[in-house]
Amino acid sequence: MISIENVSKSFTLHNQGAATIPVMDGASLQVAPGECVALVGQSGSGKSTLMRMIYGNYLAAAGRIMIDDVDVASAAPREILQLRRYTLGYVSQFLRVVPRVPTVEVVADPLLATGAERGAALARAQVLLENLNIPERLWALSPTTFSGGEQQRVNIARGFAYNYPALLLDEPTASLDGKNREVVMAMIEEAKARGAAIIGIFHDEAARDRVCDREIDVTGFTPKAAA
Amino acid sequence: MNPLLNVGGISKFYGHRIGCKDVSFDLYPGEVMGIVGESGSGKSTLLNCLAGHLAPDTGAVNFDTRVDGMRDTVTMSEPERRMLSRTDWAFVHQHARDGLRMNVSAGGNVGERLMAVGARHYGEIRDQATDWLGRVEINADRVDDRPTAFSGGMQQRLQIARNLVTGPRLVFMDEPTGGLDVSVQARLLDLLRGLVREMNLSAIIVTHDLAVVRLLADRLMVMKDGHVVETGLTDQVLDDPQHGYTQLLVSSVLQV
Amino acid sequence: MSDYNFAYLDEQTKRMIRRAILKGLAIPGYQVPFASREMPMPYGWGTGGVQVSAAVLTPEDTFKVIDQGADDTTNAVSIRRFFEKTADVAVTEATAEASVIQTRHRIPEQDLRADQILVYQVPIPEPLRFLEPSEVETRKMHALEEYGLMHVKLYEDISQHGAIATSYAYPVKVEGRYVMDPSPIPKFDNPKLNMAGIQLFGAGREQRIYAVPPYTDVVSLDFEDYPFEASKADHACDLCGATDSYLDELIVDDSGKRMFMCSDTDYCCSRRKAGHIGAQGVPYAEDAA
Repeated sequence: MISIENVSKSFTLHNQGAATIPVMDGASLQVAPGECVALVGQSGSGKSTLMRMIYGNYLAAAGRIMIDDVDVASAAPREILQLRRYTLGYVSQFLRVVPRVPTVEVVADPLLATGAERGAALARAQVLLENLNIPERLWALSPTTFSGGEQQRVNIARGFAYNYPALLLDEPTASLDGKNREVVMAMIEEAKARGAAIIGIFHDEAARDRVCDREIDVTGFTPKAAA
Repeated sequence: MNPLLNVGGISKFYGHRIGCKDVSFDLYPGEVMGIVGESGSGKSTLLNCLAGHLAPDTGAVNFDTRVDGMRDTVTMSEPERRMLSRTDWAFVHQHARDGLRMNVSAGGNVGERLMAVGARHYGEIRDQATDWLGRVEINADRVDDRPTAFSGGMQQRLQIARNLVTGPRLVFMDEPTGGLDVSVQARLLDLLRGLVREMNLSAIIVTHDLAVVRLLADRLMVMKDGHVVETGLTDQVLDDPQHGYTQLLVSSVLQV
Repeated sequence: MSDYNFAYLDEQTKRMIRRAILKGLAIPGYQVPFASREMPMPYGWGTGGVQVSAAVLTPEDTFKVIDQGADDTTNAVSIRRFFEKTADVAVTEATAEASVIQTRHRIPEQDLRADQILVYQVPIPEPLRFLEPSEVETRKMHALEEYGLMHVKLYEDISQHGAIATSYAYPVKVEGRYVMDPSPIPKFDNPKLNMAGIQLFGAGREQRIYAVPPYTDVVSLDFEDYPFEASKADHACDLCGATDSYLDELIVDDSGKRMFMCSDTDYCCSRRKAGHIGAQGVPYAEDAA
């Protein structure tokens, strides 16, 4: 489902003497449907960078990033948007929403984007919010004023609203209490069971051991200090 | 799927000075493209060339018309182009008073485009105008008030209603949230986003506000000194800018 | 008489105005620019109409001038005398006897014939002017037949007054093409714009001439659900009893007593001569002042 071949990445800082910082080289990995792969490696080793490249948020310098039959590394913006709408979900660590939009709409949004019927989309959003223990009185409010943990759960609900065949999870269980953590673990297991290919970053080792089938150490993709 | 708009090699010069130079892109149905850059970067010149307000010196702006398919709007006759700008195109000005008739009631402002394309039933025109006021969150009882009695945000929403009432397919927006309070901006952005999705609108939004394009635009075009220096997916351009100018632009945004 | 060229204007100017008139007749409702001359009267007193009359008058013509339907107001009398003096033409107050009629704000009640010319004095020839201040833009709108704005004005009327409140200078579409301001005639007169006579419109200050040839289709703009109505005061003339003529309302004493009478004085007199008497009228007497 997800196939990465020989991907490299560097940042060129034009406004700081055009310094070029190579951050990744020769990254390759495969994830099959129903499989969950954890990216590991110390902080700053490029886990999030790789994940962002897979999502098309960062531009890969070289290599191929195949999701289904789309190469994210070379696809046109609208192909990537299409991919994000129907194929590739992403739960980031931060919630970014239009101010003033009610939480329930934020969660239903990915479903509505796929053309789902409004009533059904809102119903699904309510189920997710309920499962994730967001009090009903908050559903009609914008999540911008919520606490960090609440925002994280809204973000997860949003990421799981639509059944994407491929999912990227960046620290989905960080800042969650035990009860909610358990809910999220179950959601990930459910996604795997329906055949989703998942790549995740988990600092929480217990969580990682429980849902992940394999670990890939991204330190192996760090460019060799040739210079 | 065919592009709705196919822009090829648009250049506009002001004497020896470059307005915009050799701009080309495709815009697909339902796509929202943002054009960002600082004042004087040529983004408004480009928008005005695309919308037919300025005649470009070179290049073509091909639009997928309902009747004849792809037509170059630069070389088409003026009546045809004006007809297009009353039906399939819409233009939202930065200053609502440039896009509204300030001495005509809200209902008349919204109804004008309907009457321009031949609507001659007062009751139906008024019903549609009232319906559109509702969609842009203006109370129906304000239908007979003049825009001079409206707040800035309401005027801007009225301008949007006036533009969208004929169900256009392509909307040009020039700094649609410029000059509005932040809270009013948010409401407007939310509204625009909903309408864009609901009506499957294609839009080209010129702005210097990166937060606006992050929320509204699928794609981004960054302009500097009349040239396009970078294009791409909105979040990619903003989070991983490749060109030095874009990096400067992104890093110059104040954080709150 | 010998001090003036016939009908005051020099022959070159008359030729220039006649060319504008012919062009106007060829393109019904289209505003033809012309080089308006200084006339020995102020703008707003009919300089446009006077120039058109001067250009069409021949020594054999019989001339009539009405102002708000009346032959005896200052404006009407002074213009009539002007042409008596400068053109030495016959003058009349009888509509049927006139070959050229200059008018301000009315069309005579009596139908005009094919051998008659009606010359209108026009203050503002551009019907779109109050909504679109730019002349460049209004010309373009005429050229491209973009007349939606005209209906915006009527829409505003209905939304504010519950009906189309425009009661004079009511816009019309001429021969399915140009939208035209019929000058400030009451909308009661609009149906009469479809006539056998030639209609010429002159705007002196604005330097425009336009025309409606005989038997041209002239349609008053309206909405399907608010159709055009040629309204008048719901009353009969108190002098002659006519129920089909446009009426002026007069307050005749300090207690506010009202009286309605035909605005077309010739029409009213003819009827009274024929023996018709209104509610407050007295039998016609030749010597009555």
